[in-house]
Amino acid sequence: MRVTQGCFSFLPDLTDDQIAAQVQYCLDKGFAVNIEFTDDPHPRNTYWDMWGLPMFDLRDAAGIMKELADCRRVYGDRYIRISGFDSSHGWESVRISFIVNRPREEPGFRLDRQESVGRNIRYATHSYAAARPEGERYADQ
Amino acid sequence: MNMQQSITVRGKDRYKSGVMEYKRMGYWEPNYEPKDTDVIALFRVTPQDGVDPTEACAAVAGESSTATWTVVWTDRLTAAEKYRAKCYRVDPVPNSPGSYFAYIAYDLDLFEPGSIANLTASIIGNVFGFKPLKALRLEDMRLPVAYVKTFQGPATGIVVERERLDKFGRPLLGATVKPKLGLSGRNYGRVVYEALKGGLDFTKDDENINSQPFMHWRERFLYCMEAVNRAQAATGEIKGTYLNVTAGTMEDMYERAEFANEIGSNIIMIDLVIGYTAIQSMAKWARKHNMILHLHRAGHSTYTRQRSHGVSFRVIAKWMRLAGVDHIHAGTVVGKLEGDPKTTRGFYDICREDFNPLQLEHGVFFDQNWASLNKLMPVASGGIHAGQMHQLLDHLGEDVVLQFGGGTIGHPKGIQAGATANRVALEAMILARNEGRDYVHEGPEILAKAAQTCTPLREALDVWKDVTFNYESTDAPDFVPTPSMAV
Repeated sequence: MRVTQGCFSFLPDLTDDQIAAQVQYCLDKGFAVNIEFTDDPHPRNTYWDMWGLPMFDLRDAAGIMKELADCRRVYGDRYIRISGFDSSHGWESVRISFIVNRPREEPGFRLDRQESVGRNIRYATHSYAAARPEGERYADQ
Repeated sequence: MNMQQSITVRGKDRYKSGVMEYKRMGYWEPNYEPKDTDVIALFRVTPQDGVDPTEACAAVAGESSTATWTVVWTDRLTAAEKYRAKCYRVDPVPNSPGSYFAYIAYDLDLFEPGSIANLTASIIGNVFGFKPLKALRLEDMRLPVAYVKTFQGPATGIVVERERLDKFGRPLLGATVKPKLGLSGRNYGRVVYEALKGGLDFTKDDENINSQPFMHWRERFLYCMEAVNRAQAATGEIKGTYLNVTAGTMEDMYERAEFANEIGSNIIMIDLVIGYTAIQSMAKWARKHNMILHLHRAGHSTYTRQRSHGVSFRVIAKWMRLAGVDHIHAGTVVGKLEGDPKTTRGFYDICREDFNPLQLEHGVFFDQNWASLNKLMPVASGGIHAGQMHQLLDHLGEDVVLQFGGGTIGHPKGIQAGATANRVALEAMILARNEGRDYVHEGPEILAKAAQTCTPLREALDVWKDVTFNYESTDAPDFVPTPSMAV
């Protein structure tokens, strides 16, 4: 399966040039660019690990692409996303977020159902990757 | 500055029994300067033939505040001058002989805090049936910060909605389940599942899907949640479906909303026809239960569409932002429903900005400060398709839900393919826009390129390539770039 979180998951994986253009867009808008990675892409897993702090003061796309390359060298077998953070009043949140790296195999999710009274069902989304301990989830790749 | 003098009768003579012209009773005060705390309404007044325009406008001020048809001595038991609404400016409507824009200021004490019902009972109450007028339209309102702050505002707001959904940087995508009526719960859930799995963020009940013989509401809710959860697991993305809780009584609506909450829905919907108080109640409920609240503006065209009479949708949008819904249908420009581009832009700004500057070409007559009230997500729905993506993004921007009902479900290869076509078209357009391309002009080219690696998009573009709805708008703003002289 293909996890379709983020802004561009329905397009073919972005090339580095395409990623750099999106990073430049963030910088032009005054967003702080952030690189995050995870080995559990559960849809409710909000807090991916940060590759350092959001780059509030780095205003150069090439510098951010270098950070991304470093992150890939260490966590190239995991999901990595880039986000642009807008600190202006009234927003103060993420403005754009897109996946820039994926594990070769994406095992996806199992849906567990617990039948309850009145035909109600309690649903739980279970990340197959999370069956293994953190850090060992895509070890075969 | 207005050169005209007040002709208000003062002192003892003002309260002599009998009938007196409204403009002499204190409802026409051309030198009045509205206070920061006043509510201001702009009406389009069309007096009956032979009625003096100033008197007609003063009558609107009077009949929407303290006046009755004759002088009453009991006014003297009150601070009557404060409570009288004051028409302070009358302009002829450009290119529309016989109609006048009347600016009327209302003291804040005339209104109960936090009640749209109370505000509207005055402003659009009896006065709309007043015989000396041929027609009357409420065009715009300036809501003072002191009044705005008495309302909850959108239960969730655009920013928190995006955070909860984990979706940033692009319009959200939705579809209304079709056919509107007749599907069983089981079949209905099928449409929801296919559309969400194919790439949409939301599906939506239609406004008249409540609890009918072919599908009772619990049946729909349960199958819809199966579909939502299945699609979420299949894509790793948060999905939602607007469960319409509109019903005959508040008790029934609360019951349906509670059930939607219990089974894990992140969004419910209501129709405008339930009424302002019911909407405010549901907004309170939604805030309390972390629920996004979608509003379908069913019924609005009965009073928003004609330029001469009724209430402009920009006013409804303002009231709904105060009332506290999170989504509101606000026009598509290019789709099948009414929508002049500039007027629609005005509606969208009212929903999404913290400050709206006066902008007559957009139909916005006043500066409006929203004082950090949550932002309201506009929804574009009705006769739109993937081939228009560049125009939609240009007209409507990024913070909007684009709803392709027919444009998803009518795809020749099925619902999933339709959803995928829309999502790919959208992502390709956002990518191009962010790269700095002239996406409005290169739109068809960008879509064609994206279709090279996406068969569903190619098929969608082929099927709907020539579909447009180019009709003249009935609700365009009347303005001249420089303000005209007062009469």
